[in-house]
Amino acid sequence: MTAAATATAHGDPHHLGALDHDQRASNQRGPAPKRIVTGYGFWIFLLSDMVMFSAFFATYAVLHDQTAGGPGGAQLFDLRSVAIETGCLLASSFTCGLASIAADVRNRVWFQAAMAVTCALGLAFLSLEAREFASLVAQGAGPTRSAFLSAFFTLVGCHGLHVSDGILWLLTMMAQVAAKGFRPDIRRRILCFALFWHALDIIWVAVFTVVYLLGSAA
Amino acid sequence: MNILDPQGPIAAAEKTILIDSLAIMLAIVVPTIVAIAAFAFWFRAGNSRARYLPEWAYSGRIELVVWSIPALTVILLSGVAWIGAHELDPGKPIPGSQKPLKIQAVSLDWKWLFIYPDQKIATVNTLTIPSGVPLQFALTSASVMNAFFIPQFGSMIYTMNGMTTRLNLQADKPGDYQGLSSHFSGDGFAGMSFAVHAVSESAFNDWAAQTGRTGGRLNADSYATLAKPSTNDKPTTFRLDDQNLFEAIATQKLPPALGPQDASSSVEPTGVRDVR
Amino acid sequence: MFGKLSWAAIPIDQPLPMIASGVVAFAITGILLWVVLKGHLPYLWHEWITSVDHKRIGVMYTLLAMVMLLRGFSDAVMMRLQQSVAFHSQGFLPPEHYNQVFSAHGTIMIFFVAMPFMIGLMNFVVPLQLGVRDVAFPTLNSVGFWLTATGALLVNISLMVGEFARTGWLPYPPLSELTYSPGVGVDYYCWALQISGVGTLVAGINLVTTILKIRTRGMGYLRMPMFCWTALASNLLIIAAFPILTATLAMLLLDRYLGFHFFTNDAGGNVMMFMNLIWAWGHPEVYILVLPAFGVFSEVISTFSSKPLFGYRSMVAATMAICILSFMVWLHHFFTMGAGADVNAIFGIATMIIAVPTGVKVFNWLFTMYGGRIRFTSPMLWSIGFMITFIIGGMTGVLLAVPPADFLLHNSLFLVAHFHNVIIGGVLFGAFAGYTYWFPKAFGFRLHEGLGRAAFWFWISGFYLAFMPLYVLGFLGMTRRMQHYDVAEWRPWLVAAALGAGLIMIGIAFQIAQLVVSIRRREELRDVSGDPWDGRSLEWATASPPPAFNFAVLPDVTGEDAYWALKQHAKDDAEEANEGHYKPIEMPRNSPTGFVCAFFATVMGFALIWHIWWMVIAGAIGAFATFVVFAWRDEDEYIVPAAEVTRIDRAHRARQHARFSAAGVRS
Repeated sequence: MTAAATATAHGDPHHLGALDHDQRASNQRGPAPKRIVTGYGFWIFLLSDMVMFSAFFATYAVLHDQTAGGPGGAQLFDLRSVAIETGCLLASSFTCGLASIAADVRNRVWFQAAMAVTCALGLAFLSLEAREFASLVAQGAGPTRSAFLSAFFTLVGCHGLHVSDGILWLLTMMAQVAAKGFRPDIRRRILCFALFWHALDIIWVAVFTVVYLLGSAA
Repeated sequence: MNILDPQGPIAAAEKTILIDSLAIMLAIVVPTIVAIAAFAFWFRAGNSRARYLPEWAYSGRIELVVWSIPALTVILLSGVAWIGAHELDPGKPIPGSQKPLKIQAVSLDWKWLFIYPDQKIATVNTLTIPSGVPLQFALTSASVMNAFFIPQFGSMIYTMNGMTTRLNLQADKPGDYQGLSSHFSGDGFAGMSFAVHAVSESAFNDWAAQTGRTGGRLNADSYATLAKPSTNDKPTTFRLDDQNLFEAIATQKLPPALGPQDASSSVEPTGVRDVR
Repeated sequence: MFGKLSWAAIPIDQPLPMIASGVVAFAITGILLWVVLKGHLPYLWHEWITSVDHKRIGVMYTLLAMVMLLRGFSDAVMMRLQQSVAFHSQGFLPPEHYNQVFSAHGTIMIFFVAMPFMIGLMNFVVPLQLGVRDVAFPTLNSVGFWLTATGALLVNISLMVGEFARTGWLPYPPLSELTYSPGVGVDYYCWALQISGVGTLVAGINLVTTILKIRTRGMGYLRMPMFCWTALASNLLIIAAFPILTATLAMLLLDRYLGFHFFTNDAGGNVMMFMNLIWAWGHPEVYILVLPAFGVFSEVISTFSSKPLFGYRSMVAATMAICILSFMVWLHHFFTMGAGADVNAIFGIATMIIAVPTGVKVFNWLFTMYGGRIRFTSPMLWSIGFMITFIIGGMTGVLLAVPPADFLLHNSLFLVAHFHNVIIGGVLFGAFAGYTYWFPKAFGFRLHEGLGRAAFWFWISGFYLAFMPLYVLGFLGMTRRMQHYDVAEWRPWLVAAALGAGLIMIGIAFQIAQLVVSIRRREELRDVSGDPWDGRSLEWATASPPPAFNFAVLPDVTGEDAYWALKQHAKDDAEEANEGHYKPIEMPRNSPTGFVCAFFATVMGFALIWHIWWMVIAGAIGAFATFVVFAWRDEDEYIVPAAEVTRIDRAHRARQHARFSAAGVRS
């Protein structure tokens, strides 16, 4: 009560009373709990990652017709294989969601099973991508051929690199859960991993649309 | 070199805009600086005559003024910037009845090549122009980026490989001026200055005819030699054999320069030492 | 085995870098020996190197910045000397060396002086001002710091092993492509920045999360001190801008290492894209640096005027407006590319619009002084020096935003004078003001005032003598980065500028003396109250130096200027607030993760620069293993028992009580 009195006597020199009133309630509890803080921080990281991807997307958009006399997207892309890749990744997002639910109900068996399937789907995606890259290089359409191909390999490759990192992280999480169980810190990491994996899906949807669908149409 | 002593219509107009903008801003900057000094002095802790207002931190009216002063200044300056950017766009031809002189400029490592396609001559690190005649520059680079700048004539512009930029300048009266590269381009950059001789139109024609008779020949072969890195080059003139030389460079039909030749052993800056 | 690395990489035939690196190596070895022989190593390791305390990390960031300032400043002195003698001569620095010097100067000053200084201040102050115990991710904070230090280390290694970039502080292609820069200089630049860039991004994420999610009870957004607001804006910019730098440098590296064609002359590469991308990061970067400085000035001017900040609402609005506008102006860095009148005009006007919120800020500081009781301590001197200097810099900046004026002044020494005017006058003065202002909070004693004032006067007069001639030289048509010249009228101005650098050097000498003298006379300068300046925000409510947990009981905030209100209340009633109910406090455990991870990053960066592939793989595995080991630990927190908390807090309260009763009796 005395504290409130102080506020009127000495506080509010900026006449913020009206503006201030609403959000006083919102921060009544002080610092947010750890799970919220961790998830929030990781979201911000993901946003920064998406900014990086947008730089690569912008570059791709600028360079997509700079083929330097080499092949363009329409000649190179095999939409069927890319569609399977997309299917793998989307399915892996679903199984990753199952793993999150399993972690929430603390079911180790289901968690490990769902993570293993996610991993397998991720690896399938990566091997299809690797096969695509290898066949392009074999056709003489490697990243050094033209600015278009540089931008293509970098954008798609950067996503692939993220998926590979994700798989490394996924295996680490499986090992952690096996060794330590669902401790609060490990559950926070599972939350972050799930966010990461789903974010990769979102980026892939953009890659699939901008690079492959629009590229094949052109 | 003094840009406040312009010797051409473009430079003169740009100088006017520069001075005008400066004056507009000084009109609020000077009073603000005075006010900072005055407030700081008057409200010093030791001054018992100054009123202490420990709670005063809000005044809607002052805040309104505080937003409007810079806003109004910027609105005024925006007008200057908009009109100036359009009037003085480097690519915009200079109005007048006279037929402009075409000059093609190529930045090389590390010298300037000027091609006069209609006169069928070319020069290195020296530029002779008729005064009072609009000059139409087309510019490109044979290797890295540079910028072409004759301070007393106005507007500088970048040169980039595989691209053509355009610039229009004019000299008021005969005289000797200096031009330079105003974008850092590597080890020989500081030596990329060139003499500019503005002469009367008849003197220019005589000079062009004279140059067309003497001098070495410039074609794809001699250009390849010229394009090799070198620093602090002496002014030279050429007869132009190949009229499409500039287009060939700008469209990369002649490949971009190779830079320091020994890319394999890279620790020591040997490329530079070779050319010395 | 060792890739491109051989004995030829060490420039034995060039005396200057050899002497410089010799001195540095000697100093480092000396300090290390002293530390080890005196038995300080365990203390350093446990209390600093492995510390995850935001205050310690903030101090280390600041220290890194100050050490690197010396390095960057010696580069500046060499440039000024070279240009004052290189009339019709080659001077004492050949181009291949001179070009490294100015490239290193810019890179170091921006990335390893200004950035760590600002991040250091934010790290130290923000959690204290928000009334909380630490940042959101303490261990990551340590990782971020050590990665920044890795970048600084790599830049300094380039002095001795190989060379640094000769392409300017932003490596414009195609000059920076392998064809035209075959040496390892650009690789040093890129990897140093990639690694420290990760550190900066981590710091940004950390501080944004802290400010948005971890505030004490009652600390609503509109009660946060202005420094927290500017820190929020600055770190939001880091998150949005630094990934662009990472992507851009990654593309340049792909060009250089794997023969890609992003920015090459051939095969469809596009150099204009580099300029757009790098400035899409580069212009926000300017505001990343200057916004926290604005926050420092807001705190300092309000504290030493003994008044609340004038126009808080406008200040918040102006800060966020700058934050957003800073992404819409990048093209003004290359009006002379020939983009066309409409594009140039629009970006010129957008640039000018930023001057509106910035002008508002200046006016608000002005009116904060109005009706105040101004104490001219050295932080306040830096602030007033800033206000006057920054207005001039802002004015020349707006002048450069007028495209036709830029056509004359672009890349000239006028431009160089302009950005030094805003970065020294704005960022560096802000850093020094913050350093003097918060030093007593960090260490419990003040910096020597007389020496601080002397440093200020030499700095500001040196600044004007060094940079006003550069404005003139811009009007005389002189471009930047000239290793030699033959225009006689330039020379006297360049000599004057060199003398100005000399004055700044005296200023720096006074700053070093100030630090040394203050440490030696720390008992005289001791501040027991925790509140040496009669401060207004919460960092002054706790002891100096603050305990590891900052606040024994998290404060309840009921208005703006939280601590000022608390003090008024205490003075009115001649008593301080009741002590709270002490509970055990959980604090994060120290961890060597950051240091070890940075060690592997250094190994990996060095190996990448020299194409030592096995070492790259070893470094990568090491870094991953470090994280796994970190993830495997079972206890990441330790408990400070309630009794300990009580003991620490009561001691502080006893000191404060004495002070408030004295004040209460007086008033």
